[in-house]
Amino acid sequence: MAMADQPAGKSFRLSMLLYDTRYRSMTIQIIMLAAFIAGVAWLLDNMYANLAAANKNPDFTFLSAPAGYDINQRLVEYTSQSTNARAWLVGLLNTLLVAFLGCIIATVIGISVGVLRLSKNWIVARLMTVYIEIFRNVPVLLWIAFLNAILSETLPQPKDFKGEDAEATMSLWNTVIISNRGVFIPEPVFLSGSAIMLYVFIASIVAIFAFGRWASKDQETTGRILPTFWIKLAILIVPTLIVYFVMGQPVDWILPAFEGRGAFDANGEPYTKGIFRIDADSGINIRRSLIALCLALSLYTAAFIAEAVRAGIMAINKGQSEAAGALGLRQNRVMSLVVLPQALRVIIPPLISQYLNLTKNSSLAIAVGYMDVTGTLGGITLNQTGRALECILLLMITYLTISLSISMVMNIYNNSVKLKER
Amino acid sequence: MKKSVLLGTIAAVGVMAGVASAGTLDDVKANGVLKCGVSTGLAGFAAPDANGRWEGFDVAVCRAVAAAVLGDGDAVQFVPLTTKVRFTALNSGEIDMLSRVTTWTFSRDVDLGLTFAGVNYYDGQGFMVRKDLGVASATELDGATICITTGTTTELNLADYFRANGMSYEPVPIETNAEAQQQYLAGACDVFTTDASALAATRATFESPDEHMVLPEIISKEPLGPVVREGDEPWGDIVRWTLNALITAEEKGVTMGNVAEMGAAAGPDPEINRLLGTEGGLGAMLGLEANWAANAIAVGGNYGELFEANVGEATPIGLSRGLNALWTQGGLIYTPPFR
Repeated sequence: MAMADQPAGKSFRLSMLLYDTRYRSMTIQIIMLAAFIAGVAWLLDNMYANLAAANKNPDFTFLSAPAGYDINQRLVEYTSQSTNARAWLVGLLNTLLVAFLGCIIATVIGISVGVLRLSKNWIVARLMTVYIEIFRNVPVLLWIAFLNAILSETLPQPKDFKGEDAEATMSLWNTVIISNRGVFIPEPVFLSGSAIMLYVFIASIVAIFAFGRWASKDQETTGRILPTFWIKLAILIVPTLIVYFVMGQPVDWILPAFEGRGAFDANGEPYTKGIFRIDADSGINIRRSLIALCLALSLYTAAFIAEAVRAGIMAINKGQSEAAGALGLRQNRVMSLVVLPQALRVIIPPLISQYLNLTKNSSLAIAVGYMDVTGTLGGITLNQTGRALECILLLMITYLTISLSISMVMNIYNNSVKLKER
Repeated sequence: MKKSVLLGTIAAVGVMAGVASAGTLDDVKANGVLKCGVSTGLAGFAAPDANGRWEGFDVAVCRAVAAAVLGDGDAVQFVPLTTKVRFTALNSGEIDMLSRVTTWTFSRDVDLGLTFAGVNYYDGQGFMVRKDLGVASATELDGATICITTGTTTELNLADYFRANGMSYEPVPIETNAEAQQQYLAGACDVFTTDASALAATRATFESPDEHMVLPEIISKEPLGPVVREGDEPWGDIVRWTLNALITAEEKGVTMGNVAEMGAAAGPDPEINRLLGTEGGLGAMLGLEANWAANAIAVGGNYGELFEANVGEATPIGLSRGLNALWTQGGLIYTPPFR
């Protein structure tokens, strides 16, 4: 400690706390800390006093009471009789779903656009610049609302599919319904024997990694370059497909369909009562709200990622790619073998914050009626129970946890690609 | 650092809660303006007209209270609020009263720290559909996609109704009435549900209202009324009795046209005299001028006049009095006596 460093014989005086540079900074910090704690204590005390005066003592029992409302997109079982805590979970999963899909799409678009913006092709480079500037400079809430409006106004309504000379028809050989309610795709039903398919599929993925390692080792020793992409794709699909037919097609598909078509009522008349609609139990409904939100978030975030990618690539000395070119590497190989591995070190840290931004921006979901955690816990539950403070606190903790988890995972990845100093 | 942000937010909430403690009547008098929370735009109930002046049935209640307290029906600052933030705005003291098609329920009254000052419109939840949907009754709505304004009692009624009838539906939650309207017209939902009066008001603003219909079923009781903070009884009394004054005025035939004349001197009917302050001291009991009720009535007329002018059958919204007729004419509109 500092006391031990003192030359013997010189006694400690109180004024040294202020005038001696060895202690001054510590004194100031301790005083500031005390003042900060006192300030926080005062604010908390004030809050509790005022909440008590308004008859609003923090109370979390509402979480176990029935929620009373319905949620359209449920990844786990939920009815209006489920608890508010369950509604929280449903919302949380919806948030995670849109954040996960959004991050993937944004990364793919962002990297492509970032690379293309540096293209020597003038038109391509300018087009990418226009895309980035437009998306980056308009608030994401507007993009969400805009995409939602476009989808709901331009896509056909269910009634447009009605009748003999319908205005709209199903897409992809009658397997997909694209409507302004959402896109309905076939739903797989796994029958007995499909488990083997799953095992084969997992084995294929393992095989792909093994092949990748072997291929790069092979290249290092012999210099042979294999068309790895196509081989990997074949490994991914072909064995599973073979098993699918060998096992006698153990996966059934429920195709999306319209309710009431072909049905008859008790008198044998064609069923006309009720609403002509897409059968809710047929196929998987990818709701318009999810599509609009996911697309808007990823297009917006991709513009920022593209800039990070461009910055990362430009940070690599031009001499590197010229040297690689001089060795006879083709341009795409220069990019994937020389430039990108080094650029990643520059790209990853801003990429992390873009992922965090996307996740937090997903709380704008209510603009399109997507029931994320802000919509359930911070929206309807808050409204119906009136427990604003409790709900907002839980909501903040939820987002904090999600953000810190993303951050942690990405930091692990960052450590694995960073410059290894030997 | 994140912790400090959290604490800062809590502190902000705490400070806001502190604002609400002073007497609302004194605040309003000191400010010279009544801050009144209204809808973000619902034709007939609260919407700005072509000149930006707020008009509507709910707005009229705000103006009447402002006239009773301040003597000027225009001394109102209208604060448009979504369903989601309305109670927070009231509890935090951002507004002095809320007149925003708000349903009086047990839990809001008891648990949320609100006081309902009466009922200015007896409503119920209904459904609006396109006529070409071929649906004549709410019982045929199985599987429908339903647009619903989130944060309202309608959300819970809807869940209960469909569960009780063993039907399924797809809720599309929407923040404001205007957005719901756009989604419904774009065909993003088959049905729009909210209070029947609001459905009529919304339908009236459509380009072709005849293509849409409100289904006959009313699935809930929605008594709508002005709301004040709990714990400020004198202010609650003022809002409650201003509303009662408008109703009594209709009962006694005091109108916008004759209120000045009747309020000038005591007449033969003692209750009218007490109401208009020419006899007794009812105004002083509320801490207001003697002619407080006369001022309130002079702004837009009595309850019946306000109804006919804003949402009545002569307006595009075209609501009939129904439950909202005076008790003497078979309705539910009733007030305790002025004495």
